[in-house]
Amino acid sequence: MYRRKVMRRLLIAVMCCLCFCSSGFAQSAPSAKAAAPIDLTGYWVTIIVPDWRERMITPAKGDYLAVPITAAAQKVADAWDPAKDEAAGLQCKSYGAPALNATPTRLHITWQDDNTLKVETDYGMQTRLLHFGNWKAPGGPATWQGDSNAVWEMAGPGGRGRGPAQGGDLKITTTHIRPGYLRKNGIPYSADIRMTEYWDLVKDPRGVQRIMITQTLEDPEYLFRTWITTFNFKQEADNAKWDPTPCSARW
Amino acid sequence: MGSDTVFGQVVKARDERAAIMDKLKLFHMKGAALLVGTLLMSAPLFGEVDLSGVWQFVRGQYGQENGGGSDIADYTGIPINDEGRAVGLSYSASMLSEPLRQCQYYSPRYASTGPFAQNIWSETDAVTGKVISWNMGAWIDKDIITVWMDGRPHPSLNAFHGFGGFATGSWEGDTLVIYTTHMKWSILRINGLEHSDRATMTQYVTRHGDLLSMLTYFEDPIYLSEPYVLSSVWQLNPKANSSRTSPACEPIDESPRMNNNASIVPHYLPGKNPSAGDYAKYYNLPLEAAQGGAETMYPEFRKKLKDVYHYEPPEKCIRYCCDTQDPAVKCLRSGSGKVQ
Repeated sequence: MYRRKVMRRLLIAVMCCLCFCSSGFAQSAPSAKAAAPIDLTGYWVTIIVPDWRERMITPAKGDYLAVPITAAAQKVADAWDPAKDEAAGLQCKSYGAPALNATPTRLHITWQDDNTLKVETDYGMQTRLLHFGNWKAPGGPATWQGDSNAVWEMAGPGGRGRGPAQGGDLKITTTHIRPGYLRKNGIPYSADIRMTEYWDLVKDPRGVQRIMITQTLEDPEYLFRTWITTFNFKQEADNAKWDPTPCSARW
Repeated sequence: MGSDTVFGQVVKARDERAAIMDKLKLFHMKGAALLVGTLLMSAPLFGEVDLSGVWQFVRGQYGQENGGGSDIADYTGIPINDEGRAVGLSYSASMLSEPLRQCQYYSPRYASTGPFAQNIWSETDAVTGKVISWNMGAWIDKDIITVWMDGRPHPSLNAFHGFGGFATGSWEGDTLVIYTTHMKWSILRINGLEHSDRATMTQYVTRHGDLLSMLTYFEDPIYLSEPYVLSSVWQLNPKANSSRTSPACEPIDESPRMNNNASIVPHYLPGKNPSAGDYAKYYNLPLEAAQGGAETMYPEFRKKLKDVYHYEPPEKCIRYCCDTQDPAVKCLRSGSGKVQ
């Protein structure tokens, strides 16, 4: 009798411990907006440091530095002709999701609804929708920004079970992207490209928020191996420097 | 046996049983406490993610910088001030042959952007099991960086400045924040840019599965007008070539010209660097863009390039055009102009 009582108490203690020790404390699911461990909303500007000549400006034809291209990709890129893209109305080919984080852009991030984070760029005036929860892609033709499923990854709970989770990151998986260019000078990606991103938020020593994006691209046709890159954005107080410019095939 | 005796035996038996139950109770309570304690101890401390392992620098950015090396006077995107630029333009590659510079290690700044693998491990207190420090291994020409996690303060500004600097760390969520001071005056970029011994560095290290993301925030009141912010990524690869320590370095006579004439000190006087405009010429860039400064980091600089300098890209790539590992791709992989 006594033993059973002790065992029951023990079981309760273990369950409590497991609940507090794990990061995914199951409750009725709040909306993504309510559950957000980090606040990504606001205006952000990219900082272009590495690979400046490939990112800040239109690189020369044949400049594929740092991209793990395949021979098939090289063949397509060597035939890059911006005039042809303009004539076909395809000026936005280098503004697709796989290329967008690397571009000289500002971001405006807002909640479209409780489970959809909207990321707009002034460079090329693109809009990405990051869908949380059980969102199902509507189907139809592929788009430049593809279908993005997002999930919060919570940081571990607050110190040996004390307190709630603190911080975390945003993981985004994007597929169904319309084929386009990884860079302005015609390095292609195919319809089979798959993009995974981790968005981390940190506060720098001067108290300014910065987003670091870690991005992986897998493309069996045009990438020899997974292409992994990082980008960083600095928060801005307002939209004073927001400068919407349409897609361009050359600049 | 009288009733008293029977009663006494009953009382005795009851007392013995109570004593056994007390012991049993204590045993179970201790057991429960031990189990709960073990579970709590085995759960990771908040934010204390295991970073240990060999992390290979991921090639996919820093193309030329980590490949053939940045061109002389390519300072694009680097927030140098006039002093920083002047030091960079005074640089001559022959400086590296000076005996006093042959064993000058790379700055801890290079722990951010490779190109070599990072061997990361922790030292733990043998009694408490707490992490005392995280260590980022050395390369052949970069010192080990010890990141103290035990709350010790940074020493006085006048204290010794080592090749690895003095670094302390703390956890913010799942991110290790490393603050480094006491770095020696050293290389900011391989093409001659330097940082001073008053520079400080804050790194944010976050693990995503087998990827290690790092944001580096580098400040220098002497040579930078704004923080130099870099991001990079590493991939877990136990087979990557790495080291925990660097071998001893011994200067030798590298240049007979210098050794035979002690008055030769390699350098360029202001305005005399013959390579100062090469990078700009290779890529049709205005000198102002090539020679950097904070404004070149931001997208609005493109407006200036377009409207003021009327930038047009070169017709085709003529050097450092690709570095893919696909052997089927033939292209200009270096500055030699040879297809490989």
